[in-house]
This record gives sequence, structure tokens and C-alpha cells, in this order.
Amino acid sequence: MANPYVEISDLEKFYGSFCALKGVSLTILESELVCFLGPSGCGKTTLLRAIAGLDLPSSGQIRQGGDDITSLPASSRDYGIVFQSYALFPNLTISRNIGFGLENRGLGKSEIQARVNELLALVGLPDQGGKYPSQLSGGQQQRVALARAMAVSPGLLLLDEPLSALDAKVRTHLRHEIKELQRDTGVTTILVTHDQEEALSMADRIVVMNHGVIEQIGTPTEVYREPESLFVADFVGDTNQLPVASAGPDSVSNGISAFRCRNHGHAAGKDLVAVIRPEDVVPVEAGAAPSQGASRIEVMIREMEFLGSFWRCALDSAAFGGAHFYADFSINAVRRLGLTQGANLTVELPVDRLMAFEPLQEAAQ
Amino acid sequence: MTDAAHPLPKTGVKARMSRDDLVIRGGIIVIFMYLLVALVFPMGAMLAKAFSTYAFQLEQYEFQVSDEAGTFDDTVLTAAVLNAANETLPQEKLTAKSTSSISATAFFPEFSFRSPERYRIRTASEDAAFLKGAQLHSGPNWVEMSSNEFRQVLLKPSRSYGLGNFATYFSTPVLFKSIRNSLLISAISTAVTVSLAFAFAYALNRSCMALKGVFRLAAMAPILVPSLLPGIALVYLFGNQGMLKWMLMGETIYGPIGILLGSIFFSFPHAFIIIATALTLSDARLYEAAASLRTSPFKTFMTVTLPGARFGLISASFVVFSLVMTDFGLPKVIGGQYSMLAVDIYQQVIGQQNFEMGAVVSFLLIIPALMAFAVDRLVQGKQQSLLSARSVPYEPAPRPLTDKLCFAFCAAMCVFLLGIIGVCQYAALVKFYPYDLSLSLSNYRFDLLDGGWASYFNSIKLALLSAVFGTAVVFLAAYFVEKGNAFSAGRGLLQGIAMLPMAIPGMVLGLAYIFFFNDAANPFNWLYGTMAILVVSTVTHFFTVAYLTSATALKQVDAEFEPVAASLKQPVFRLFSTVTVPMCAPALLEIGIYLFVNAMTTVSVVVFLYSHNTPLASIAILNMDDAGDIAPAAAMGMMIFYTNLAARLFHLWVSRVVLKRSQAWRTR
Repeated sequence: MANPYVEISDLEKFYGSFCALKGVSLTILESELVCFLGPSGCGKTTLLRAIAGLDLPSSGQIRQGGDDITSLPASSRDYGIVFQSYALFPNLTISRNIGFGLENRGLGKSEIQARVNELLALVGLPDQGGKYPSQLSGGQQQRVALARAMAVSPGLLLLDEPLSALDAKVRTHLRHEIKELQRDTGVTTILVTHDQEEALSMADRIVVMNHGVIEQIGTPTEVYREPESLFVADFVGDTNQLPVASAGPDSVSNGISAFRCRNHGHAAGKDLVAVIRPEDVVPVEAGAAPSQGASRIEVMIREMEFLGSFWRCALDSAAFGGAHFYADFSINAVRRLGLTQGANLTVELPVDRLMAFEPLQEAAQ
Repeated sequence: MTDAAHPLPKTGVKARMSRDDLVIRGGIIVIFMYLLVALVFPMGAMLAKAFSTYAFQLEQYEFQVSDEAGTFDDTVLTAAVLNAANETLPQEKLTAKSTSSISATAFFPEFSFRSPERYRIRTASEDAAFLKGAQLHSGPNWVEMSSNEFRQVLLKPSRSYGLGNFATYFSTPVLFKSIRNSLLISAISTAVTVSLAFAFAYALNRSCMALKGVFRLAAMAPILVPSLLPGIALVYLFGNQGMLKWMLMGETIYGPIGILLGSIFFSFPHAFIIIATALTLSDARLYEAAASLRTSPFKTFMTVTLPGARFGLISASFVVFSLVMTDFGLPKVIGGQYSMLAVDIYQQVIGQQNFEMGAVVSFLLIIPALMAFAVDRLVQGKQQSLLSARSVPYEPAPRPLTDKLCFAFCAAMCVFLLGIIGVCQYAALVKFYPYDLSLSLSNYRFDLLDGGWASYFNSIKLALLSAVFGTAVVFLAAYFVEKGNAFSAGRGLLQGIAMLPMAIPGMVLGLAYIFFFNDAANPFNWLYGTMAILVVSTVTHFFTVAYLTSATALKQVDAEFEPVAASLKQPVFRLFSTVTVPMCAPALLEIGIYLFVNAMTTVSVVVFLYSHNTPLASIAILNMDDAGDIAPAAAMGMMIFYTNLAARLFHLWVSRVVLKRSQAWRTR
């Protein structure tokens, strides 16, 4: 296991009486790419700016590489940063932008130029060094910003919503490139984003935040497959949600029928929310043997929406008391089962895919 | 959730400052101190003066007189007792100004400076004082002297605070009549100028007439000359031997008519700029909507055009009102017997040496200026939110009749504006109007006159120094406020003070400088009478507009540059010089030329502050005009005009040619 590189303990940040970070503790390992994911106002940017020394926390401690950096000014820390706005110096050429951090460090002109060329090649922009930022596309500018941040070989790379200003296609492409560059250089990286897809595809670990607290820390699959709270389940990926009551530690009931679900550990009678993702709803062929413990319910397809790689179906079920829910069926399944609008069928809710959580508390400040 | 209970009390995190933080913090403090000395303290001194009253408290002055042998007995006489016995001074003579004094010998009717008696004098407290020669004495220690020395002793009045000066002011009809005059003239000028400027801006913005570029330039011409100049031109046009005197039908130009005409001239460009900006901001889609609803042109004008420009109109009104209200040069030249507040200050201070009354009038003059300033700030804030990013600029369509009317109006307006300057040029060239109309350059021989060529070159020096020094100070101030990330209290305070100069009329600032810097106890006293104080006062007077220009430019520079530079371990001044300054170069040039032109033309700020070592061209005009040398005054006015025109052209060349070359990055 890699060594801890950034250790954050019990960090709090107040803006007046508003608490933006409520005792956040977190350890980031060497060469890891960690994503801070959450809706706007969740505290992810505040946390990043505290690590960068741009906004001072009210209390708590931040250590980087073993040293306490909590109160150090930004210029005394060791990191490179990339902002959503690129923040390239418009009056300097691409080369001078990238070389900006290399000047005044006792390096010769030719050494700087060599390093700049190396970085230009690294971000796939050789021969563009003589241009000005406004002559490049958004994606290219962001790569220059990345090269500038990497120029001084920082121990930590901070990316503040780096892809949010770009078109969808460029974004996907650049996601991949940044990940690759991070893997090749092994620089510990923190990426702040509100885009769950970005977090899932890039991160080694995701830190899901809400209202200034960390809701969950885990690998992308953990966060997606095993959310620890209704907020995480809801924020990452699509969900069907149904108000239910606990009917024992591993089952829930909506008053009409009971369902076996993943162990939630709540005493019977407690109000919960049952959650299942649309792609986890399994269509059952007539006569197929039931899987272990899975609940089977009869449904009617009310509406079908074609989304390219799959069909999203709105299902009505008596077992759900008329509340409809969504299921994603593969094109194959639809063809095989001959599903059409208005058709009746049986679906299975696998035990370990049906989860139950405590309901969200309204913005507890 | 971890915030339920914390067993240990938390220790707050305190920032360790980087060198950049120290640089910025130090910079804020330096600029703050500058503004304290250049603005806050002088204004405080002026307010104190307005509320200071002076009176001779006779019981304060104590005397002893020796016998002929020079020995004193214990008898102590107070001036009060002596006055009661001799009735030297009636009661009403005891109220005074700060400059008043009474000879001590006045209380000794039988005094002879040849007598062998010796005298002692002291004051009961430090409140009262007396001059022996040039030396000021005060307090309970006896000062002994011969009778010959005693005749030099002057008693000075004691100061107390109160509304006495205001009471005096409002019980003197000659003085408070000026309030009515100033308000009346300002109100009429505002109505006329804003209407004309609106029509002019409307014609330029909404018609398809020819020569728009020429009209736009002509409208700006009055900015390049001192406000004295229209006064001189009006004398030539409508004065006692004026070319067009018949047009006044027996009325005199020396008075309200002259002030009005001149005020329209010099305030026109200011109103025009504001209104033209407001009109350009209008959204073409509103006009398309009105047209699709078949709204009549008149109704469209009333419901779309006017409301769209209303903030501009309000703002322009207040700006013109306070310009006219606080202008000094024009009414001084053409006002005749018609008294105005700004001229009153001058006359009280220069004419009657009554500084307290000057301060009272200044105080009164600040009120409308302050109101104008407050409304302007309020309206400017609203104006910006009026235009959304999606607005479509209005493109006028040709309307033959309207276009012709617009052209005729603008042409007439330009005849007026350029005519005034033209008349001045004519006046400057004519040998001896109206008797010898041959042309010569003899009026430009300033060496024979008060001020002379020295004043012209001195003015250029002042303008250059103000432009360079002012641009640096103002831009740095704005940079610290906009880009500093700590010390927010200091930054907020600095920003607040930076807005103040706009609300303070030039004459008032100049007078405040006298009170503050001419005080012998002031460590900055050495500034008095130097070029430095002229530069400082000019820069301070025009601080706000320059500051706002800087702040606007800086707001367009990405706020994330500083964090990026810090993460790259580059000092903030390196970022400042390699990125911020080049990016803001056009704004810096704009500020420079603004300060230059205004330093060349201003009279009101410097009229109390120039000395014989630092004569100025604009002041020379004033003094030549006072002495009856109107033609040379016109010639000097034209010198300022040529200089400012050249400066403007230079600015244009720099921004078009030089900047274009160095700002290649702006183009795609």
C-alpha cells in the first residue's frame, strides 16, 4: 500500500456563521487520483482551496508529505493548479505560459526551452508554443494550463472543475488524457467536479461530499454499487426510490408487500427509502427459475423510451401501490421477450441490488 | 456527522504571511496613508475651520507696567479692565477672524514708545495668544520688554467652536444670495445641457446622418479647454464691443446669461458621454417588438427610448448640476456682479482673507456635490444590470426627414461649440480688437505678462507629472483593492475613500489644502508652495474617475492569475509587471491622458495653491483676464487647447499604432 501523502484532519471552515466544512477528515495516498464529487455548495471547492492555501480553514490540520501546511501561504506550498477558466496569461505565448513557473529559478534559457518543449509534447501540442492562448481551442488551452501546472514537477496536482467549460466530446477525450498523464507521471492528484461521470471514469477513489461533510469515500465501483447513504445513491447514477418501512434487518415493506433487500440493519418499523437502480431491475422469462431470495413482481409497461444502447421503460406495479418506476432493458432482452408498450411481464429485484436507506434530512445546517 | 460535540476547544488557524501578502499589505497601508494626508486630513481641517469662531477675550490678556526706574509692583491689569476704563474697543469689534489682531498699545492711551517704562504681558490660559514681532507667545509666563518693543505686540483672538460663522453667513444677504443664484443657474444649465446632449447623442446613435465621426469629435472639444475660455469668447461675442452684441437686445452678457451659455459649453461633453453610453446600451429587440406591435414612433420613443436612457439622463443631470455649481473660472470671468458660491469662496479667501467664511461656503458647496455623487453611484449600479448578455445592438435604418433634422441640429450645435473656440482663436490673433483687426502673434508674447511662458511650461510639467504619478498611484490602489486576498477591512476602507474625491469640488479641496498644509505645525508644511502639492492636489481631485477606470480594467483580468502565480512560486510583482500591466495598458493610457488634460485645464483645484515659483497657464489666464489683458488670456487658452489636442492625438497614435503592435495577442 502506498504512503499517505495528504492528510486532512477535522477541518472546519466558517464563512461568518455559515459552516462550509464540518470536520472533514481524509487521507490521500501517494500517486492517487482522488475526486471530490458533490453538488454545488457542498464544500468540495472550499476543501480544495484550503489544501491550496487560497482560503484558510477555521480550524483543523492539513499535512502534505508529513509537513503541517495548514497555515502556509500558497506560495510556500508544493502544488500545481488548473482552473476551470484555464487562467492562461493571454499576453504571453504558450511557451512563456508554460515556462512562467520555471523562470527565476536559476535555470538557463535553453534548459527552460527544453522543458517547455518536453511538456508541449506531453500534452500533445508540439509546435504550438509560439501561439497566443486566444489562438487555441478551449481543449488545447486547458492542456496548456495542465502543462504549466506540471512544469515545476509539483508533488500535488489540483484540478478545479478543469473540464466543465468544454464541449462534451472534448471533455471525454481530455478526461482520458489527463488520467493517462497522471498515471504516467505518478503525481498525486485531486480533481474537483460535480460531474459524476467524470468522477467515475477518472478517479482511483471518490470522495462524495454534501453540506460540508464527507458522505462516502470509496472506489468508483464501491460508490456506485454500494452507496452508504441515500444521498450518494441518488447523486451518483439513477435510482428508483420508494418510501418504505423496515420489516427486519434485511427486508422492507411498503404496506402492500414485503421485499427482501440488502442488510440495512434498521429495526422493524423505521421509515426508510428503498432504492434500486433501473439497470438492476431484471426482466424474467416465463418459466425461469427464481434467483436466490429475489423478489418477483408483476408489472405492466406503461411507456418505453429508446435511448440508443438500451430501452428505458416506465413500469406500473400493483405491488408498488400504483407508483411507477423505471427499468433499463437491453435491446436484446426487449427483442427476446417481445416487450412492447402495454405488455405485462415479471421482473426480479435482486436481493443485493435492492437497498434501503434512512430518508434525507432537509439541509441540516 | 462529527460536529455533534467536540471535547477539545479548537485552536483557530492563523495565516502565516507570504512575502506577497506583506507587499500587498504594505502597499495598501502606503496608499491609505497617502489618501489620509492628501484628502481626509485636509478635509477635516477645513470642516474644523468652518466651525471655528474667533473673538478677543480681553480678560485673557494680562499686563504689568513698571515705574520709570523699571521696577514692577504687583499690579496686574487685564485688557478687559483697561478697555472698560478707556473704552478703546466697542463690543462688536471683539468678534474676529483668525487673521485679526489688535495692537496691545491700544489699551494704553498714554503710551509712548520713548518712555522708559517697561512692560510685561502674558495670557491667562493657552487659549489666547499674542505676537511679539513674528514670535507667538501664550501662557502664564511673563514676557518683559521695553516700551519700544511693546508697540510691536499684537493680540491674537482665541478660537472656539460653534455655528457662529454660519450665523454670520446667513445674516449677510450679499453672501447667501449666492446660494439662490448658484442653484438657479445650475438648474437651468442642467435642463438645457442635458436636453441638448440627449438630442445630440440620439442623433448620433439613432439616425443615419452623415459626418457622425466629425460631430462626435467636435462634441468632445470643450473638454480640452479651461472653463475660463468660453467666458473670454463670450466677451468677444457679446461684450460691450462684441461682434454680436445686438443679439442680446440690450441685455448684458456679464451675469447670468454669460454664465449659462458658458456652462452649457463646458458641461456639454460630460453629459454627452454619459447619455451616449446609455443609448448604445439599448436593446434592438425592444424596438423590433414595438414595431411588430405597430407602436407609433412617438410612443416608441416615450416607452422604449426614454426609459432605456433614463439612468443615463439622471446621471448626466447630476453630473452637469454639480459641474456648474462648483465651477469657478467661468463665473469669475463673465459673472460680473452676479455672485456664485464658487466665486464667493475665492473672494472670501483671496479678497478678504476671511478663511472661516471661505470654509463655510465650501461646506455649503459640498452638499449638492455630495448628493449628485450619491445619486450617480446609485444609478451607475443599476445601469449595468440593464443590459443582458443577449442584447442585440440597435442598428438605425435611414429615415430621410429625421436624418436631415438630426444633421441640422448637430451642425448647429457644432457651430456653437467650435465657434466658441474659433472666436478665442480669432481673439488671440487680432492685434487690438476692435480698433486694429490685423492679425499678428503679438498676443502670444507672454513674457511681458504675469506668469508668462514659464507658466505654460510649468503647466505641462504639472500635467506630465500628474499623468505619470497619478496613473501609478491610482492603478496600484485599484490593484491592491481588487487583487489582494487578505486584509479585507483595509481594502474596503481604501475603496470607500477612493470614491470620495468625486464628491469634493476642486476649490474646496484647494482651500482644505491651505488649512492643512499651511499650518506651521504640519510636518508636510514644506510641500506648501511647491510643484509637489500641485501634483498631489490634482491627482487627488481626479482620483475617483481614474480609480473606477482602473478597477473596471482589473475586473476583466482573471482573478485566478494570482493563485496560479503563487502556485508557481512567482512573486506577485512579477505577475503584475509581465501580465497585469500589459493587459491593462489601454486603460492605463486612458487614465494618463485623462489626468494630463484635466491638469492642463483645471483652475479651481490649484487657484489657492500655486506660488510665484509654480505659476500655471490656467491661472495665468485668470490673472491676465483680471488685469484686462483679454487677448493674451485668449492666446494662453488656445495654447492649452493646442497642447491638449496634441496630447489627445499622441494618445490616439500610441493606442492605435504602438498598442496594436504590442497587443497582437488580442486578435485571434
